[in-house]
Amino acid sequence: MNLDAIVSAFPQLLAGLPTTLLLVAVAVTCGFLVAVPVALMRLSTNPLPSGLAFAFVYVFRSTPLLVQIFLIYYGSGQFRHFFEQVGLWVLFRDAWFCALLALALNNGAYAAEIIRGGIMSVPKGMVEAGKAVGMSGVQVFKRITFPLALRQALPAYGNEVILMVKASSLASTITILEITGIAKKIIASTFRPVEVFIVAGALYLLVNFVITRVIVLLERRLDPLHRRPKEGALLERTGAPTPATAEVKPRA
Amino acid sequence: MDLSLLAWGAQGWGDEMVRGALVTIAVAALAYLLGIVIGSGLAACKLSGAAPLRWFASVYTTLIRGIPELLVIYLVFFGGGVALRSIASGLFGYDGYIDLPVFVTGVICLGVSAGAYSAEVIRGAVQTVPVGQIEAAMAIGMTRRQRFWRVLVPQVARYALPGLGNVWQFVLKDTSLISVIGLVEIMRQAAIGTGATKEPFTFYVTAAVLYLGLTALSDRGFARAEGWANRGVGRAS
Repeated sequence: MNLDAIVSAFPQLLAGLPTTLLLVAVAVTCGFLVAVPVALMRLSTNPLPSGLAFAFVYVFRSTPLLVQIFLIYYGSGQFRHFFEQVGLWVLFRDAWFCALLALALNNGAYAAEIIRGGIMSVPKGMVEAGKAVGMSGVQVFKRITFPLALRQALPAYGNEVILMVKASSLASTITILEITGIAKKIIASTFRPVEVFIVAGALYLLVNFVITRVIVLLERRLDPLHRRPKEGALLERTGAPTPATAEVKPRA
Repeated sequence: MDLSLLAWGAQGWGDEMVRGALVTIAVAALAYLLGIVIGSGLAACKLSGAAPLRWFASVYTTLIRGIPELLVIYLVFFGGGVALRSIASGLFGYDGYIDLPVFVTGVICLGVSAGAYSAEVIRGAVQTVPVGQIEAAMAIGMTRRQRFWRVLVPQVARYALPGLGNVWQFVLKDTSLISVIGLVEIMRQAAIGTGATKEPFTFYVTAAVLYLGLTALSDRGFARAEGWANRGVGRAS
């Protein structure tokens, strides 16, 4: 163990932190945009969209992320001629685009299942209540189903974000220098694997710790039971009995 | 896309890819077993009364679950060589160059990570066994060892099966990461094929299909195992 090696590795690895965070942020955002329509397609009663969504989720969850990254980054090279003709080669020759595409699709497949689970957990009675007061299907989804589904899915979604932080390390295999890529470079040149590992590992743990805390806070905020009520609201709730509660008599 | 590249024998890469798949299965299976052994030990620590043991197990799982597998692989790959060489020169006076074999590195890395994930599964399964059963076993005079093998293990295995199935899928897919240090499994074999034929898409699609086949097969396997394990248990609905 060499303290100097730790001290000199720290700024180099810290420089990779923004890259890691950017990869995760873009992948999770785009992944969410993929996941919501996929989850809705999967829940559709029409077998075509639901089958397509199932196939997408199944393929992306059953193959390693590394295969997906290599398939997009190296595999697209086999069709270079075609991509050049349609003008997409600029994108596919770029490691950043390929890494983000693979991460976003992969995250989208996993997140779609989580969101689907969330939507299915919304009690039927709430949807019926929405319809009963005259909301349209879109309104019911926007005001009732979706917010409740997200609240329900939040803990699992948080785990997924942390898995994405770990998954972003695979971008280093296609030349992107985020934390793990830089760590490998330093190890290969200084042969101080333990020291570099400690610093890089600590950075990852820090990121994951912050994400976990944010998710817990969000969970609290979105949970009406733990939200601190405003002064007035509390009085309103505990004040004069409403007609509905007044009629309830304790059972003998 | 030239599918004749995947022919069997000396002309094609079909047999090489399948051999890669066998290496993948071997690494995954050994790492999985190691993971279950580590996971059981950690679960025992988590459930133990001794605070240092609980503390150790929770630090282990937090660390391993928060750090990318790739980083752990680099640590063991580069660090294992350094450690081996210092042991060899310190104990045996051997100063040549030795390295930890990549296969062993792979099994260790994936086993360590599978251990962290299966620890939670096994701990949860142990806690599902009602305390009354253990008390009943004590009451009829079973020894500690008998209680463990006759009451705890059979039920824990059944409760843990679905979770352990997930861990297996994790391990199977994570074997692809070992290719970065040169183990010739599916991914590495696909890279070698690509280098020789300049057809990356063909080879990586083949790799994807092989992984898909392996996960689908193991899904089936675990579903059957669950059916077998639950054969004596009636379902309410």
